[in-house]
Amino acid sequence: MSAIAPERAGVTTQGIEGSQPVRLAPNYWPFVVPALVVVGAVIVFPWAFTLWMSVNSWTLGQSRSFAGMENYLRLATDPRFWESLWHTLTYTFLSVVGPMFLGTVAALIFDAKFPLRGLLRGVFVMPMMATPVAVALVWTMMFHPQLGVLNYLLSLVGIPAQEWIFNVNTVIPSLVAVETWQWTPLVMLIVLGGLASVPREPFESAEIDGANAWQQFRYLTLPMIAPFLMIAVIIRTIDALKSFDIIYAMTQGGPGTASETINIYLYNTAFSYYDMGYGSAMAVVFFIVIVALSFILLMLRQRSQWIDAEGR
Amino acid sequence: MSSRLLNKVGLFFAALVLVSPAILFFLWMISLSLKFEIDNGAYPPILIPEHFAWSNYAMVFQENDFLLYMWNSVLVTGTATLLALLIGVPAGYGIARLKAERSAVVIMIARMTPGLSYLIPLFLLFQWLGILGTLWPQIIIHLVVTVPIVVWVMIGYFETTPMELEEAANIDGASSWQVFRLVALPIAKPGIVVAFILSIIFSWNNFVFGVVLASRETRTLPVAVYNMLSYEQVSWGPLAAAALVVTLPVLVLTLFAQRQIVAGLTAGAVKGG
Repeated sequence: MSAIAPERAGVTTQGIEGSQPVRLAPNYWPFVVPALVVVGAVIVFPWAFTLWMSVNSWTLGQSRSFAGMENYLRLATDPRFWESLWHTLTYTFLSVVGPMFLGTVAALIFDAKFPLRGLLRGVFVMPMMATPVAVALVWTMMFHPQLGVLNYLLSLVGIPAQEWIFNVNTVIPSLVAVETWQWTPLVMLIVLGGLASVPREPFESAEIDGANAWQQFRYLTLPMIAPFLMIAVIIRTIDALKSFDIIYAMTQGGPGTASETINIYLYNTAFSYYDMGYGSAMAVVFFIVIVALSFILLMLRQRSQWIDAEGR
Repeated sequence: MSSRLLNKVGLFFAALVLVSPAILFFLWMISLSLKFEIDNGAYPPILIPEHFAWSNYAMVFQENDFLLYMWNSVLVTGTATLLALLIGVPAGYGIARLKAERSAVVIMIARMTPGLSYLIPLFLLFQWLGILGTLWPQIIIHLVVTVPIVVWVMIGYFETTPMELEEAANIDGASSWQVFRLVALPIAKPGIVVAFILSIIFSWNNFVFGVVLASRETRTLPVAVYNMLSYEQVSWGPLAAAALVVTLPVLVLTLFAQRQIVAGLTAGAVKGG
């Protein structure tokens, strides 16, 4: 807090000795500096180090040598990496679409008034607050092909037993189901925030003009909450791309490598094989993928706002 | 009038359907944790067993160092949250008053960065410093989670608090530190509570940092419960009991502070764009 001291002195002298009654605007930078230092230490330093590591060849316990672009070239020709990229994109796409649809529906319902709304909303939010690893363990038991409760539930409605996360073809959709279960509430909360900012008047006049519920939603609600939907899509995309806990705890990328996303492959490379150079290169490319996708979505958002503005 | 009542009942049931996956999941989790092995292996599955297996919970604490891991979790989450409040609350204030919207981009980038990319360099750094056997590496790296949450929530909060009081204090000759300490901070208490709760929850739940950085003695609860899996053949009852023990504090906090959490996440998430 000593960073504040000079500022205090500065303002006081200004107040006493300054001949003009006009005061300087208070200086707020000292408040921000400690956080900047911490962010620099735990975020910027690792990034600089990762970039440097990515142009080196270094497996822990062996000697390090400069490798130039070698790690990146290796990445470009690594079929396991391309496979993991494909898994990541599939997983992300499904994990955005499902929660977006369900979350928006949930927000529309929770925006209305009905008995026990507060309690039900509280319970609805609980999955996203639950510890992902604990959740993943219980889902693993529920997915069990012989003893799991899910196959029993399916048998009640006459659907044959599934192998869920133990089958190459169903592992990603099964993991997406867990991700959807856990993160739909976040979409709901964001859209709910949007619905709260929607004014009442247009609906009243629409009502008078005889617009039905669907027309009101399609032509009034939807355009007005579009920016919030876009924010939800962006946040969901980022989080789904980065998803680690659920996948790692349930399948560790298996069976085989059927659910290995970039994040899991990155973990295995750096902390199972201790190939730090290659892992760093993967981290850099992974980050670029995330930023690029977020940027594209942000551009879409800007464009939709621009079209919106033109339309008015 | 009656159609309006019908409407409300319809909405209630629609909400019930939406909430049912959460309710059923947690019920099943409790059921698994209270059943003996025979009941957990039964087909068709049993929801409420004849005999409750409270021994599953005793087993969690007896056969593992769960009390130690719980203490580790409390230390890591507590310290990382307090440090984050100490530096994040003033930062949120400064950024809100500076109207430095670009700093929101920095926080957004922090959110985009995969946790694993911090881990490689910091793992090597901690190893070089020789502190890998202590809790400090985890406390430090948890700041990556807690600081952005606190700053984020506090920016949103200070933007909504009125400036007039601060300006008046400023004219009366208070230094900007005094203005912050005596005027802005007391008003911001509800915001600090929200930041505190969210920071605790997301730090408590974190798994990826611990799985890399924790040694046998420094495991936090999520890592400990994951490690139970890799022991030979673990039976479901104790495993589900352990999972419940790990996540129960967070769930209780969620229920009690539901309103604050909803407010914080709505505002925080919206700021993220």
